[in-house]
Amino acid sequence: MQIYLPIAEMSLNIFLLLGLGTGIGFLSGMFGVGGGFLLTPLLIFIGVPPAVAVATQANQVVASSVSGVLGHWQRDNVDFKMGFMLLIGGFAGSTAGVFLFGLLRQIGQIDLVISLSYVLLLSLIGVLMLAESLRSLVRRRRPAGNVRKLHQHFWLHGLPLKMRFRKSRLYISALLPISVGLFVGIMSAIMGVGGAFILVPAMIYLLGMPTAIVIGTSLFQVIFVAANVTLLQSVQNQTVDVVLALVLTVGGVIGAQLGSRATTKLPAEQIRVLLALLVIGVGIGLAYQLTAPPKELFSIAVAETLP
Amino acid sequence: MRLSRPAAAAAPLVALLMLLAGPARDGAAEPLIADLSNHLIAITTGFSGTDVLMFGATDGPGDILVTVRGPSTDIAVRRKERVFGVWVNREALEFGSVPAFYGIASNRPLEEFLDPAMQARQRIGLQHLAMTLPQASPAETGLFQRALIRIKQNQGLFATKVGKVSFLGNQLFRTELHFPSNVPVGSYLVEVLLFRDGAVVSAQTTPLVISKIGIGAEIFRFAHTQSLGYGAGAVFGALLLGWVGYLVFRRL
Repeated sequence: MQIYLPIAEMSLNIFLLLGLGTGIGFLSGMFGVGGGFLLTPLLIFIGVPPAVAVATQANQVVASSVSGVLGHWQRDNVDFKMGFMLLIGGFAGSTAGVFLFGLLRQIGQIDLVISLSYVLLLSLIGVLMLAESLRSLVRRRRPAGNVRKLHQHFWLHGLPLKMRFRKSRLYISALLPISVGLFVGIMSAIMGVGGAFILVPAMIYLLGMPTAIVIGTSLFQVIFVAANVTLLQSVQNQTVDVVLALVLTVGGVIGAQLGSRATTKLPAEQIRVLLALLVIGVGIGLAYQLTAPPKELFSIAVAETLP
Repeated sequence: MRLSRPAAAAAPLVALLMLLAGPARDGAAEPLIADLSNHLIAITTGFSGTDVLMFGATDGPGDILVTVRGPSTDIAVRRKERVFGVWVNREALEFGSVPAFYGIASNRPLEEFLDPAMQARQRIGLQHLAMTLPQASPAETGLFQRALIRIKQNQGLFATKVGKVSFLGNQLFRTELHFPSNVPVGSYLVEVLLFRDGAVVSAQTTPLVISKIGIGAEIFRFAHTQSLGYGAGAVFGALLLGWVGYLVFRRL
């Protein structure tokens, strides 16, 4: 059954979209990453214009993050203070990002920037994820070694504006979460992702937050950043397709619940290895598209005059 | 003549016979009468392309040429070049007033009844399509213009071949005009030309409107006219949906 997407101005099979949403939701429920970094390239692959894919994705991220954060809130796994600090950066970053997006679109470079950002991030994340999961697979087989410290301190934590984050048991400079938020905000606007796959490792390794708190807190801040991106994209670029977002969200919410239930039954570590390989695979695919001689050297778009 | 869809074809044919019955009898017939089975194509949520029947009659033998032109827009054509191993959009040329859609049909191959000069004068065929050319060297312009046409053809919006106009006897004619699912909205012009001995003896232009109807159109209009409200609605809807999703699954 075809469904007409009013903003993308095209018809797509509704079951294909639902399936995509569910599949990505499953992964996100399982690993606590939004999955936008996989969904956006897949949407582009099935023909959704990149600008629409990115903006719509942000809208979908709002829904899936709300759904996710409520569960974490109930289990008291959200550090709101840290979330607010991340948000300050996130708002600034995503606002700047949306305007950058509009500018790039007018000069015809947005597709390139989207693809390039994805190649860089997917390869980075894929490799990190693979290394991490292989390490933990190995670690599980060996008896535990020396007890690690709560977290490592390094010079970044000593920047000015130090602040106490009780829930995270941290006393670090507020500039750190703000800049992490800023970076992820820009990324969120340009790539349409919630940014959990950058945010979560950054919060664990850079800020040194306890893992249990990280996912809830990242989801909390992602809601607001993605909402900001949705709103700004709607106003500036009119590229948010609510019909597409709705279908993806329905699939995503179902998938996320199935995924979080499946975590207890499936060998999550092994699946993480597969996910890492998938991420690397998508990255390589996009890199190939950028570097292989294109079948069509030319592209057309409705001419937009620069402001 | 295709009779695959008799029901759809019957109504216009009746209309056609009525058309013919009047003027043809008293001899003061117009040389060319033509109409469409449908003057409004509604793009609804389930739209997957459509055919419109063009039918008509002539006052005697002749060649019929039908062209369909979509609304015009300015189009930027960009060429990719390799920069540090990556293919990047570099050069861009802008073409003004490019029709969003172009279709063509005739009863026999164009070259059999049209000489090239006439084709150029009447702006018939993609190579003669009227558009504002950018200020660049002719070679460059030609290259970019051919690319524009090629891409439009691949999108199914420019005709790749001349469609078939079928004659029933030597006065009644019909042709199916196809519009794909990605057809742009706007006002279209369907022009029918009657040729005799390589010259236009009669012409008729019929308007055709393609517009979005229903919820999809409302959403599009809302997104473009009330974009702040639309964005706020999108965010609010997502918040609500996420919350509902959480509630539903908590119970299970």
